[in-house]
Amino acid sequence: MELTETKTNNKVPASKHIVSEASSILRVKDLNVFAGAHHILKNVELEIPRNKITVLIGPSGCGKTTLLKCINKLTDLYKELKVSGSIFIDKDDILNTDTNIPALRQKMGLLSQRPYPLPVSIYKNVAYGLKLKGVRDKKLIDFSVEKHLREVGLWEEVKNRLNSPATRLSIGQQQRLCLARGLAVKPSIILADEPTSSLDPISSKIIENLFKDLTKHYTIILVTHVLRQAIRLADHVIFMNDGEIIEQGSPEILFKSPETEQLRAYLVDGN
Amino acid sequence: MRRVKIIEEKFFIWLSAFMTYSLIAVLAFIILVIFIKGFGALNWDMVLKTPRGGYYYGGEGGVLNAIIGSLYIAVGATLIAIIIGVPAALYLNVQLIRYRRTQNTIRYFLDALWGIPSIVYGAFGFSLMIFFGMNASLLAGIITVALLIVPIMVRTFDEVLSTIPKGLHEASLALGSTRTETAFKVLFKQGFPGFITAVLLSFGRGIGDAASVLFTAGYTDNIPVNLDEPAATLPLAIFFQLGSPIPEVRDRAFASAIILTGIILTISIGARILSKRYSKTNLT
Amino acid sequence: MVFSMITILIIPFIIGVGLYLKAAPLFENQSLLKLIFSSSWAPSTGEFGFWPFITGSLYVTLLSFLFTAPVCLFAAIYLTQFSSPGLIRVMHPVIDVLAGLPSVIYGVWGILVIVPFVSDYAAPFFGTTSSGYSVLSGGIVLAVMCIPYTLNMLIEVFNTVPNGLKEASLSLGATMWESVKHVVIRGNYPGIISAYGLGIAKAFGETIAVMMVVGNMVKTSGNPFEAAYPLPALIANNYGEMLSIPMYDAALMFAAFLLFIIILMINLFFRYLIHKTKRQ
Repeated sequence: MELTETKTNNKVPASKHIVSEASSILRVKDLNVFAGAHHILKNVELEIPRNKITVLIGPSGCGKTTLLKCINKLTDLYKELKVSGSIFIDKDDILNTDTNIPALRQKMGLLSQRPYPLPVSIYKNVAYGLKLKGVRDKKLIDFSVEKHLREVGLWEEVKNRLNSPATRLSIGQQQRLCLARGLAVKPSIILADEPTSSLDPISSKIIENLFKDLTKHYTIILVTHVLRQAIRLADHVIFMNDGEIIEQGSPEILFKSPETEQLRAYLVDGN
Repeated sequence: MRRVKIIEEKFFIWLSAFMTYSLIAVLAFIILVIFIKGFGALNWDMVLKTPRGGYYYGGEGGVLNAIIGSLYIAVGATLIAIIIGVPAALYLNVQLIRYRRTQNTIRYFLDALWGIPSIVYGAFGFSLMIFFGMNASLLAGIITVALLIVPIMVRTFDEVLSTIPKGLHEASLALGSTRTETAFKVLFKQGFPGFITAVLLSFGRGIGDAASVLFTAGYTDNIPVNLDEPAATLPLAIFFQLGSPIPEVRDRAFASAIILTGIILTISIGARILSKRYSKTNLT
Repeated sequence: MVFSMITILIIPFIIGVGLYLKAAPLFENQSLLKLIFSSSWAPSTGEFGFWPFITGSLYVTLLSFLFTAPVCLFAAIYLTQFSSPGLIRVMHPVIDVLAGLPSVIYGVWGILVIVPFVSDYAAPFFGTTSSGYSVLSGGIVLAVMCIPYTLNMLIEVFNTVPNGLKEASLSLGATMWESVKHVVIRGNYPGIISAYGLGIAKAFGETIAVMMVVGNMVKTSGNPFEAAYPLPALIANNYGEMLSIPMYDAALMFAAFLLFIIILMINLFFRYLIHKTKRQ
């Protein structure tokens, strides 16, 4: 990988609108997260473009996962975390609204580092979100289950054992199942936190290809440790370090000619 | 639909909180009731004197006989439990360290042993007494209570020992110590706070349990001088005094209850504080 | 060291065999079935029907379980999922102290508080009278005694639920309570049942506290406001007369043997369940 000589900034100012407002689906403004005295996220501002894969990279502990958890308000689960700021999804500030948080969360699917199938059957996993919404029509649920299992390429593999426990699947299949169940609630954004880190190369490849296909209808925010994966998949890149956004922009610029010393160092280490 | 869910959630959270706080309230309630009822009869005589005029009908004196008796039994039984239990716990964690399945099987049996009620130990102890021709005595009581608390001693200590990282173990073996040396020096030292907790827990059980000493230790107004004599115990003192027709004696039962509760509270809280303090300074 | 280990493991066998041998004379002229299922209890005429005592024990234990089960479940959920972390630090010593209080202290409290409560408030409320020394009193006191034990186990079970699983449920649109229902509770049935089972085993063997409030009368009515006579109380109350009536000692040893076997079986079963689920 060639890196051209650059000037040494600490940060690229956020006022440079990399993504135009019209094509961004999510905007973060002034996001700060504290755990006690520890300042985890510092004045984060960013935009996520619609229907693209945005990759979030950065060294361990820089706050990528926390940022993801802010977006679907999972930070509510951790009482030690204090969150302030705004996150706008289509004009709604989800951090400062009292309205229906579970429904808000359904707008975003979550894929974690390890697959977490619910302790029920394959069928019930995918049907979970629908049942939460109150859908009772069995035909509708059957249809949705099949549709989304097909979407992730699992249908043929599991169609004869939909009622067996989800934990019996292989890890790669479990992760795809988690993706299917997330898609079943019709999110607009998919949050993926190092989703292939516990998978073998073949399963990883399947997931990566799925992501590429899914951008037709969904926006994907992908946190990854693996630079090659970032390069393969990114339409838009955000680089973080120590709780701050250092650079964000198109992969051509960030990977080939990074503006900041920190990013250059990170890229060099990664190779 | 959403309304229902919100109400459902609020209700269950409230219910869960209520249950939790009630437990604290119940504990406070129990301790309060005992203290209020018994405070009137509580005085230094209770602690320092033995009963006069027969424990059932006696009009005077205290429960020193029971306090000392209980202490003798608890200390004796705990000592036996240490002698038998500590090597066993160490064995479990040292010699068997490579045989995980055996370890788990033994732990499984020990846990089941823990569940045997004290009345069974009491009945068994009684049979042993008859078999060996012993009378209801201090010795019989000590043996029976020892049987009762050995599982507690072993499992509590074992729990702590099993959290000691194997690395420490292997390092010690690599430096040339024999298995026994490793066991006693290294593991015991590291697990010392756990040892203290196990001893305190076992002692607490030994001093408060009534069903195991009911048949075996007898009862008397006197302080036992040798192992062959019957011994009074605090739990039984409370129990018998409560059944007396004389109100003053019944009041003394409540005062005795305060004494016993006080001892147990000290032990429980002491055990917790010690285990917290030592785990902070622990080098693992 | 090996010696200690072996000694300890042999103890239950010795106890079982010992009790059985002492009870053996009873079998010479009575069948096992008659002993267990007959309701006539007249030691001086040599009749030893244990059924009332077995049912007495069952009744008190089951009643206490009805109180223990929901309280422990909800308290464990609150402490592990909803409350601030500080509360559980306060609760640990509370639970420890409750668990460490001797049986006789609970008995005293039962006599002072629960028995009058049952006779003065509970019985009239349900339209009956009661001396207060009843199955209900026994059940309540037993419940309070078993709660700390069961609660600790449930807390342990619920604490092992990985955060990722809860996050997954939440991000699919569940509320916190729904996630608790579907993930924490539903995924842990074996652990919950085991905790309950072990609590029941403990309740079955509790002697002194129950004995002080349950009335100790040989009867098998279904009325919780009436007295009953659980197995452990039988043994504890009559050890004095044991040697004066023929066969009485064998009978009481048989009762102890029954208790031993029943509780041991329950413990072995549920501990095995826990063992199996921990493997996964």
